[in-house]
Amino acid sequence: MWGGRKLSSSGSRFFGVFGSGRRGTQTERPPPTSSAVYSKNQLNWTLQTKPGVFGEYRTMWFKSCRTFSCLNRMKIYRYLWTRLYSTSQTTVDSSEVKTFLALAHKWWDEQGVYAPLHSMNDLRVPFIRDNLLKTVPNHQLGKPLSGMRILDVGCGGGLLAEPLGRLGASVLGLDPVTENIKTAQCHKSFDPVLDKRIEYRACSLEEIVEETAETFDAVVASEVVEHVTDLETFLQCCCQVLKPGGSLFITTINKTQLSYALGIVFSEQIAGIVPKGTHTWEKFVSPENLESILESNGLSVQTVTGMLYNPFSGYWHWSENTSLNYAAHAMKSRVQEHPVSAEPVSKGEPEDLRANACPNPVVHEEPKK
Amino acid sequence: MAARLAGSRWAAGPVAVGRGSLVSRQRWSVPSADTLYDVVVSGGGLVGAAMACALGHDIHFRDKKILLLEAGPKKVLEKLSETYSNRVSSISPGSATLLSSFGAWDHICNMRYRGFRRMQVWDACSEALIMFDKDNLDDMGYIVENDVIMHALTKQLEAVSDRVTVLYRSKAVGYTWPCLFPMADSSPWVHITLGDGSTLQTKLLIGADGHNSGVRQSAGIQNVSWNYDQSAVVATLHLSEATENNVAWQRFLPSGPIAVLPLSDSLSSLVWSTSHEHAAELVSMDEEKFVDAINSAFPTRVSARQLPPSVAKVDAKSRVLFPLGLGHAAEYVRPRVALIGDAAHRVHPLAGQGVNMGFGDISSLVHHLSTAAFNGKDLGSMSHLTSYETERQRHNTALLAATDLLKRLYSTSTTPLVLLRTWGLQATNAISPLKAQIMAFASK
Repeated sequence: MWGGRKLSSSGSRFFGVFGSGRRGTQTERPPPTSSAVYSKNQLNWTLQTKPGVFGEYRTMWFKSCRTFSCLNRMKIYRYLWTRLYSTSQTTVDSSEVKTFLALAHKWWDEQGVYAPLHSMNDLRVPFIRDNLLKTVPNHQLGKPLSGMRILDVGCGGGLLAEPLGRLGASVLGLDPVTENIKTAQCHKSFDPVLDKRIEYRACSLEEIVEETAETFDAVVASEVVEHVTDLETFLQCCCQVLKPGGSLFITTINKTQLSYALGIVFSEQIAGIVPKGTHTWEKFVSPENLESILESNGLSVQTVTGMLYNPFSGYWHWSENTSLNYAAHAMKSRVQEHPVSAEPVSKGEPEDLRANACPNPVVHEEPKK
Repeated sequence: MAARLAGSRWAAGPVAVGRGSLVSRQRWSVPSADTLYDVVVSGGGLVGAAMACALGHDIHFRDKKILLLEAGPKKVLEKLSETYSNRVSSISPGSATLLSSFGAWDHICNMRYRGFRRMQVWDACSEALIMFDKDNLDDMGYIVENDVIMHALTKQLEAVSDRVTVLYRSKAVGYTWPCLFPMADSSPWVHITLGDGSTLQTKLLIGADGHNSGVRQSAGIQNVSWNYDQSAVVATLHLSEATENNVAWQRFLPSGPIAVLPLSDSLSSLVWSTSHEHAAELVSMDEEKFVDAINSAFPTRVSARQLPPSVAKVDAKSRVLFPLGLGHAAEYVRPRVALIGDAAHRVHPLAGQGVNMGFGDISSLVHHLSTAAFNGKDLGSMSHLTSYETERQRHNTALLAATDLLKRLYSTSTTPLVLLRTWGLQATNAISPLKAQIMAFASK
């Protein structure tokens, strides 16, 4: 067997499955003086739990959305643009961008650092394929997903976009790291069939929400939600770009004592499967939390199944136990519920967040009238 | 240990490549759509053609492009000839299932084949014998001429000509292997150069080009092989009188096993493995002497039921000989390459397993490739290729070792070994579950 992705291989060969640390919306944490913490963040993204710096910015941005007009909102965007290193907006963490940049050329080495992600395809591609096939009465043999438009958010080097493209789907892959997109584009260019079916763009989800609203049959966010700064916004955007009746597929890591023990203590500090500081346990998302956010956005959760990685064999297995990795499938309701309109803005934060979703001037303007 | 082995396998690729004069490593530009195939099968023999056929008929390969390269000309069988061909194969029930999965078995049934119900094997020096038969009156196996199988396969290939292209008179003269580590501007595909200078690219190359496989040599895969000091003589025999003829007869003579396999009520096929000198003698002697040699090879002092039918004459020009040997490739797969059939393993015909092992390889590889295609995987990816290799190496190594052991055991006439094998044969004959196990293993 190949040595690449096994426990016995030394050093930091394993990377990326459990994601790397990102700040979440930790509202319970007291916000510190922003500038000091900000510079510290850029240099050192290790295990120390960090206060929600970006969360703070995001909260500020949201408040301004609600109270200021469109023009002022544009000012806030430019402000954020200059403060953040990456070219993307709020849900992207620039320190993560740097980490992934270092490994941008290693995506396609099947026995290398990304080996577990390659073998995870054995689970996630059938998961996506079978759940999508349930939504159609019949399919073309040989190209079961033909006619479907799929969005792969955080596509990396295209590890998941390519199998979906081979199955006939037309795929749009997004990733904030430009080098990843370059690797992905180069890799698909050798296969003329994939070249036509897959398109890659180096941007974040928020940037394309408006132009691609309700155009995708499926959105795939695999090993991504533990990286974003603002889970709610991210999922709202995912919901916005989905057609009614469309599917959202997420794979991520649970936030449990076991995932701390195995995913951080064992994998990073003892066995060295994952480089130290890759994960921040606070960023992990529990299925209950994920479900509640999805449900509140009009996505009904169909399945949540656990996944287990065997570092000795290098293979993944489905499991009843969701305390480590898990996969979730949610569907957007076919009947579009209109946002609660014509209510004054002052009437409570959660309703408006839900109603307005991502910055969309059309929807946003309604309550003002 | 595993890591070291793995390391050596990956490292062997480019090193071996340097050895071969025909192989090069180049940078290629992006291919145009019509020269990149999903699968190329090199070698259009029984196993290669069946592989291309099986892939072409697989439901998950509907939009894939498959190419079969055959060095020889297309053999068109207008009408089934009256005379039987002297090259026949014993097809196990498992192989028959594979052939019927893509519709070739129906064509064979419409042409001709012979099922046998019983197999009777004698020892050389003693009267010990072992008899295999199936209680439920099913056929144990089928004797089919190779030409008939080839014709059935060709017809089924034509039925899927939108997916499978067959190039006759095309021999691959050079292969270029992809770089071990994916590099930005080098093509990840296998490049094949044909005799006429044209080039092809493929995501997966399947080597089905026989025991002197060019694919295997070019890939630098180690091959454990030795020649037996035996050649096989084949001929088509006319029986003295028409009988039910549904039994396969074999006797282990000191010089090698002789087998008479039923073809029809009055015809049988001979496969006689013997020393090179004796084989040359047999092929060149008079017909009468040859017939006598065959008739006297089988024991005479046994009951009538257990007697093989006596031979009256031999088809003229049907006496041919070919050398025998054993071969086994150390690896069946490399990135983007897989070996099947005689390219991976070569066996003595005494157990009638050669082509059946090849068909078994096809069943396994098609199963793995089909699942991979349905999962959208890159067909040349090692993950499913190694699963195929593990599955088949386990089965083939056991069978190869057993066949070789039997050959050596029955080649001696030293008394202790003769006693051992006589006792072993009689004991095995008495233990029905053991015989059932052997039959089950051989008919996969």
